[in-house]
Amino acid sequence: MRRLLLWLPLAVFFAFLVTVAIGLRKPADTEIRSRMIGKAMPDFALEPAVASHPALTAANLRSGKPRLVNVFASWCVPCKAEAPQLMALKRRGVPIDGVAIRDRSEDVARFLAEWGDPFDRIGADPASRVQFALGSSGVPETFVVDGKGVIRHQHIGDIRPENVPEILAAYEAAR
Amino acid sequence: MICSPSFRGAKRRSNPASGLGAAELLRFARNDGLAILAALIFSAPAFAQSALPPSRYAYTQLDDPRREAEARALMETLRCLVCQGQSIADSDADMAGDMRALVRERIAAGEQPEAIRSWLVERYGAWVSYKPTVEPLTWPLWAAPIVLVALGLWLARGRFRRKPR
Repeated sequence: MRRLLLWLPLAVFFAFLVTVAIGLRKPADTEIRSRMIGKAMPDFALEPAVASHPALTAANLRSGKPRLVNVFASWCVPCKAEAPQLMALKRRGVPIDGVAIRDRSEDVARFLAEWGDPFDRIGADPASRVQFALGSSGVPETFVVDGKGVIRHQHIGDIRPENVPEILAAYEAAR
Repeated sequence: MICSPSFRGAKRRSNPASGLGAAELLRFARNDGLAILAALIFSAPAFAQSALPPSRYAYTQLDDPRREAEARALMETLRCLVCQGQSIADSDADMAGDMRALVRERIAAGEQPEAIRSWLVERYGAWVSYKPTVEPLTWPLWAAPIVLVALGLWLARGRFRRKPR
């Protein structure tokens, strides 16, 4: 028993070493998932981000039908990368609204002209307030909101072609 | 401190020079050194940040020093969502600036710091707060010092015992 006890500190040390080694080998997970999934969309009323699109309020997202809310910005490079996928979703009949983070009206207009316009409504979020309320930690992010205004799904990062089925499935499930 | 761009996927961008060997790199630098220098001097930063100016209270203190101190103390214990090792008080990311503005405005409006913290924790999880919480998950952490001291005393008890004469 005493013998065994003598080895205990060494064993603890090795256990520590193994834990650290495993932690170092594992790629760092820097994604922060929103805790708002399954909760009601927080109340907000945003000004229109561009003259061509109506403004976005939380009430617009309780329309009885599910919608996508795309958190984007004209200054965000991955947002350009996901534009074709948003257009593809729109062609499939998925209604999409946008929240433009820290953006200027002329920049949003240019972004839409250049990369396509999948949006029904676009709200301007100049101080990231709605982004914080949603528990979103960057751009781009896409939320699936059901007809009652409850957040059902969050996609973090740009939507790649291989992510489209997953978003469609979440949209169908929210019906 | 300057941090990475606030949009996602920036880490995936590759460095164009990373595939070159040392000799190639040297040749590359000799031939194009001036051009690169010029490009570095005259180019806009490769990572775009928002063109909007910072929020009003991102870099401006509150007028009331007591409120500002409260806001400051809270900001130092909230984690930046973009620069994930920094507090929002330390980070230059646009998003951290907006979060500081949020904290200052709510404190100015008379909200309690802990209410603001729990508002953020509700959205981002305990991760967003640097202040350690006491919950089942962290009990081992709180208990560890006591357990370790007790273990040490128990291991050393023989040493303290007076030797029988």
